[in-house]
Amino acid sequence: MATIALPVEEKKKYEQEALITGAEAIAVACKLANVDVVTAYPIRPYDTVMQYISQLKADGEMDCEYIVAEGEHSQFEIVKHASVCGARVFCGSSGVGWMYAMEALTVTPALRVPMVAMVGNRALDDPGAFGVEHNDALAVRDLGWLLNWVDSAQEALDTALIAYRVAEDPRMFVPCAISCDGAFLTHSQALVNIPTQEQVKQFLPPYKRGDLLLHPDNVISVAPQVNEDWVMEVRRQNYEVTERACGVIREVYADFERIFGRKYGNPFFEEYMTEDAEVVLLGMGTLSTPTRVAIRKMREQGKKVGFVRLRWFRPFAGVELAKCLERFKAIGVIDRDFSFGSPNLSGVVATEVRSAMYTGAATRPPVLGFICGLGGREVLVQDVEHMTDITFQAAKGKAQPLTQWIGLRG
Amino acid sequence: MGQLFAVEIIYRGVFQKTLAKNITRGIVLAAHNEGKLGISFGRYGDSPERNGIPAKSFAIVASDAQTLEAGMAQYEPKQVDVTVVLDDTLCKGAESWAWYGLHPVHQALKPGGTLIVDSLQDAPTLLKGIHRRQEPYKLGIVKGVTSFSGMWVYKDDHTDVRILGAIAKALPAVVSLASIEKFINEKLKNPLKATSAHTTFERFTSMNVKPGEGNAEEPFSFQLPKWNNMRKGVSVNGQPQGGPYADPVTKEVGGFRPVRNDKFKKYSTRTMRPVVNFETCTKCTLCWLNCPDASFDVTPDGKYDANLEACCGCGICEAVCPVPNCITMVAETAFDGNASQWEAFRKDKAAYKEWLKATVQPAGERSHGFRYRGQYKEQIPAVLEIAEKG
Repeated sequence: MATIALPVEEKKKYEQEALITGAEAIAVACKLANVDVVTAYPIRPYDTVMQYISQLKADGEMDCEYIVAEGEHSQFEIVKHASVCGARVFCGSSGVGWMYAMEALTVTPALRVPMVAMVGNRALDDPGAFGVEHNDALAVRDLGWLLNWVDSAQEALDTALIAYRVAEDPRMFVPCAISCDGAFLTHSQALVNIPTQEQVKQFLPPYKRGDLLLHPDNVISVAPQVNEDWVMEVRRQNYEVTERACGVIREVYADFERIFGRKYGNPFFEEYMTEDAEVVLLGMGTLSTPTRVAIRKMREQGKKVGFVRLRWFRPFAGVELAKCLERFKAIGVIDRDFSFGSPNLSGVVATEVRSAMYTGAATRPPVLGFICGLGGREVLVQDVEHMTDITFQAAKGKAQPLTQWIGLRG
Repeated sequence: MGQLFAVEIIYRGVFQKTLAKNITRGIVLAAHNEGKLGISFGRYGDSPERNGIPAKSFAIVASDAQTLEAGMAQYEPKQVDVTVVLDDTLCKGAESWAWYGLHPVHQALKPGGTLIVDSLQDAPTLLKGIHRRQEPYKLGIVKGVTSFSGMWVYKDDHTDVRILGAIAKALPAVVSLASIEKFINEKLKNPLKATSAHTTFERFTSMNVKPGEGNAEEPFSFQLPKWNNMRKGVSVNGQPQGGPYADPVTKEVGGFRPVRNDKFKKYSTRTMRPVVNFETCTKCTLCWLNCPDASFDVTPDGKYDANLEACCGCGICEAVCPVPNCITMVAETAFDGNASQWEAFRKDKAAYKEWLKATVQPAGERSHGFRYRGQYKEQIPAVLEIAEKG
């Protein structure tokens, strides 16, 4: 599990325990982070965040500019400009709403805007659907955004605070999106420890934009039109950020643990029952719950299977992950996304894992790709068992298709 | 590797776009008549073109496909055999974009290559503007009024074929006169144009320009910063505000001179410049208010001096000035350098008055032109005649 139970005396440090959804947990983090400007435009499942923030503001618990835009494009443009002027900002969206904002999302990393956004993962229309699918958030994977997936309301709250700290680090200044699976996380309430304002103040210094601040006292011009003699240098600056990202994230998690007492271990991925495992499954987000249940069940049957949950997709801790995975006999990657026409027609995560292992792993275990749980379809315990069985077959040397659809009618 | 040739056309953006395109297309199609292959293209970075901003169009011609590919392996030829300048005011240099600096017109010309200028002026006058360089080259003039053939208007005054005739004379290896005539007769289907090309071919001569001959000015240039020492966040430093400055005679400090962008001066866009009669100026502020480039300095005595390092020559100041002949747009060919008119006026008022009289030709109705006042209006009958007779 993401959180580790704390001794009773440790728990007293927390202001309160609350039964809230993952979306509400992110709203609480915004309040604790004292966010200055929030923009909103409704789309399920992200809209639960904007509803809760507007309630916090109406109740006088949170002081921020709250702007309802006329669409997602403006929603992200407004916070982009506010952030350049020195405001700590929050916004978010889901599915096609996130895609509608794409132009604004594209320019944000180059402008070095430390925007924090919540993506309530939702299938991309058509067909119109509300359920979780990861292709929306993944659309920014190559653009310089930091991108992570959480699997509990507690992790959502903590990761939002971590996201501000990482994004606003002057070595970074890039946007960060926190992906929360629609329904499973955004709409289900769980018990969450809410840290104190003092702790957050200690963890998260004020946002200081330095000489990038757009202000009459710091006369600069932002985002001029340029020719071919500038673009490559600008891209190289964002590349430099990705070179630093893993180090900064590691620092921030260590600080988080020191101040809040909650341990996440390796920030980039979480291992479950992998110590003696022969094969592992790997995936992102809330499919971790049925997977862990299935693994415990299969362990009782003597099957040595483990699970690796990827937290940070960007940066992708490729070397570290390859070193972790090289010891297993086969790896089954569960993709809640598709990447039509990709190598081996696999999902995005399977393709990335294979790429990381090609350069970083000492062994060449089979990496199987499973497309599962699209459009909000449940990843069932028996689906996980089925995928595990296939992975064991591959581990025994019996060749398996590199991409399979699981939980599909027909 | 076979024979490879490159020709570049430097022209006024928008105003001469179609003309430049027709010339480079003509080179390629005419050379194809003798079995050569080629490509013709406008510089991508110039698009979308802006009125008068110096732009470039290219023709690359090769004896065979592989040689042509070698010529196409770089987007823009770094060295050309012939440079054509379609407007002689461009001889003072071309600044097409911020951070490019001022490029001498022969920047890409190979040693010994030919610079062809469409002009009514003679070579010594043009060389006052053309920067000097280390390598020798040839300078040839195609005598003619600067042609205005832009995106929306095509004034078919034969400038295109006359330039083609001059190129055939300057560099017969790229294309022969016979091939050009064949192209004109078959594709343009206009025997009169073939005659124009032929006549220009026969009349065209060029002179040798020796190393060091020409305008001694050092064209402004910049070192582009490296990725790790430039500003982050796609941001650039703004300009400081500027402030008052001193009268060269009384030393009295006053007025206001804004600090201007020293990485993009834009004055090579200018084909005409405003000339100000400071004695009739009523300090009404309209030129200063309406100038789209904030190119007027407020002088210590409260007048308005068009700063010629910043002025694009758009002529709005002339149009809004309520005093007859107080601001007059005059063809850029009449001037060397960008020195302040107001300072000249302050230093010697009588001499300035004489200079004004010689420089400004009073015109009744105010009308901006491409090269001189009233040019559009004057050319309309000729254009209409062509339109009517076909």
